[in-house]
Amino acid sequence: MTTEVKRFEGIPRELMALRIANEIPDGSYANLGIGIPTLVSNWVEGRDIVFESEIGMLNTGPLAEPEEEDADLINAGCQPITELPGACYFSDCESFAMIRGGYMDVAVLGAFQVSEKGDFAGWNIPGSGRGDIGGIGGSMDLGVGAKKLIIVMEHVTNNGEMRILKECTYPLTAKSCVDLIVTDLAVIKVEEDGLHLIEVAPGLTAVDIQSVTEPVLSVSPDLTEIEL
Amino acid sequence: MNKIYESVSETVADIPDNAVVAIGGFFTCGNPGTLIDALAVHGAKKLTLITQSMGVGNWEINHLLENKQVSKAICNYPFYRSASKISLFEKMLRNGDVECEVSPMGTFIERLRAAGAGIPAFYTPTGVGTVVAKGKETRVFNGSEYLLEEALKPDFALIHAYKADPMGNIIFRKTAQNYNPEMAKAATVAIAEVEEIVETGDLDPDCIHLPGIYVQRIVRVPRKDVVISIDD
Repeated sequence: MTTEVKRFEGIPRELMALRIANEIPDGSYANLGIGIPTLVSNWVEGRDIVFESEIGMLNTGPLAEPEEEDADLINAGCQPITELPGACYFSDCESFAMIRGGYMDVAVLGAFQVSEKGDFAGWNIPGSGRGDIGGIGGSMDLGVGAKKLIIVMEHVTNNGEMRILKECTYPLTAKSCVDLIVTDLAVIKVEEDGLHLIEVAPGLTAVDIQSVTEPVLSVSPDLTEIEL
Repeated sequence: MNKIYESVSETVADIPDNAVVAIGGFFTCGNPGTLIDALAVHGAKKLTLITQSMGVGNWEINHLLENKQVSKAICNYPFYRSASKISLFEKMLRNGDVECEVSPMGTFIERLRAAGAGIPAFYTPTGVGTVVAKGKETRVFNGSEYLLEEALKPDFALIHAYKADPMGNIIFRKTAQNYNPEMAKAATVAIAEVEEIVETGDLDPDCIHLPGIYVQRIVRVPRKDVVISIDD
C-alpha cells in the first residue's frame, strides 16, 4: 500500500453533494447511488431533474417522514421515500434496460478508488475476509451505462492512503468510465490524456492536492476554489 | 382457468430437494416472506436460491439457512453493507457451508428475463474488465467489448404481488414490483403470494403488469407489517 500522507481540511459531505447537484443540468435523468450520493437529492428543490431509482421508479421524491412511510416505496438503500407527480413504476429489469441502454444522463456513485484512466473500484475491499464476494448492486451497470459518471468520495482513506491512483488495487467495478471526481479536497476531470485538477477546497493549493494524489495532475489554468 | 390455491403450504408441497428457486423482493420490499416460511416448513434441501439479498432485509431467508436447506446462492447483495456486521449467510459462506455467486443487478435480472423469453444467451457491457468476466467469453461489437452471459432458468419462483385474478393476471404496487415479474416469467412454476384476489374481469386489461400466462399458482396472504430497514 502507499505510505501515509498529510491530512488536509476539506469540505463536508453536504457541500460535496451540493457541488455535484450544480453539475447536473436541468432536464436531466439522474441516478444516485447509496451513501454520499443520496445527499445530492437534498440540493435539488426547484430544479428540473428526474431521479431514477434502480429498484424500478422514475421521479423519486425526498425521504419519507415517519407518517408518510410506505413499505412498498423504498430506494436502493432500503430507505422509505416519496414519489413526485409524474412518477412511474416498472420492474427492476426495465430499470436496468434503461440504465444499460444509456438513458441516465448522470450517475453519481461512491467508490473506494479511482484510476487515472477513469477505472473505479467500489464494491469489494480486499482483506475484509469476503474474498471475491461482495455487494455489487447496480454499480457495474451504472458505471458502463451512464452518459456522465461522477464519483464522490473522500480524497484519502481514514488510514491516510491515497484513493486516486495510477491503477486501482481493489477489484474493479468498471473500466474507463469516470468523467468527474468530486472529493472533500478537489474536483478533478478525467480526460483522455489523464486527470485535470479544476477546483480545490478553500485554502488548499494544487501542490497540496498533488501531494495526496498518485497520478500526475494537469492543473487547469483556470483553477479556482470549489464553486458552490 | 383457476390458479388459486387455498393453502400456502400446498403451493410449495412439490418443491423437491436440489430445486433451483428464484425468490422475489428487494430487501424488505415486495418480499414473498410467507412463501419463504412455507418453504422452510416444507423442508426441501440442497436448494439453489436466486435472490437479491441473502437474509438482510428479507429476514425469512435466514429460516432456510438455519435449517441448512441451502447449498448455493446466486445473488446480488449478499452481506450487510458494513464489513463489521456479519450476517448468518456470511458466517456460513466463510465456513464453507454454502456457495455463492454474485452477479451485477442488471445482468442478474436480464439472465432471468432471457430464460423466460427463449433467449439462451446475450452480450452485455456490464462487468467487462472485472472479476465478473472471469471464465466468460467476450466479443467486440462496434469497437467495444462485451461479455457473454447465459440465461438463468429456475425450477420455481416465489413472488409477492398486490392483486391477482383467478387467471393469474397480476398487478404490483410501487417498488414492490422489482424482480418479481421476470422471476415469474423465467421459472417453470411461478408461485405468487397475493394481498388481494379479485374476480376475473375486475383488473383493467390495459394495466396488467404480469400476464397470467406466466403464473401457475396464486395464494392469498395477509399483508405483513415490515420494518423498513436493513439494520436488524
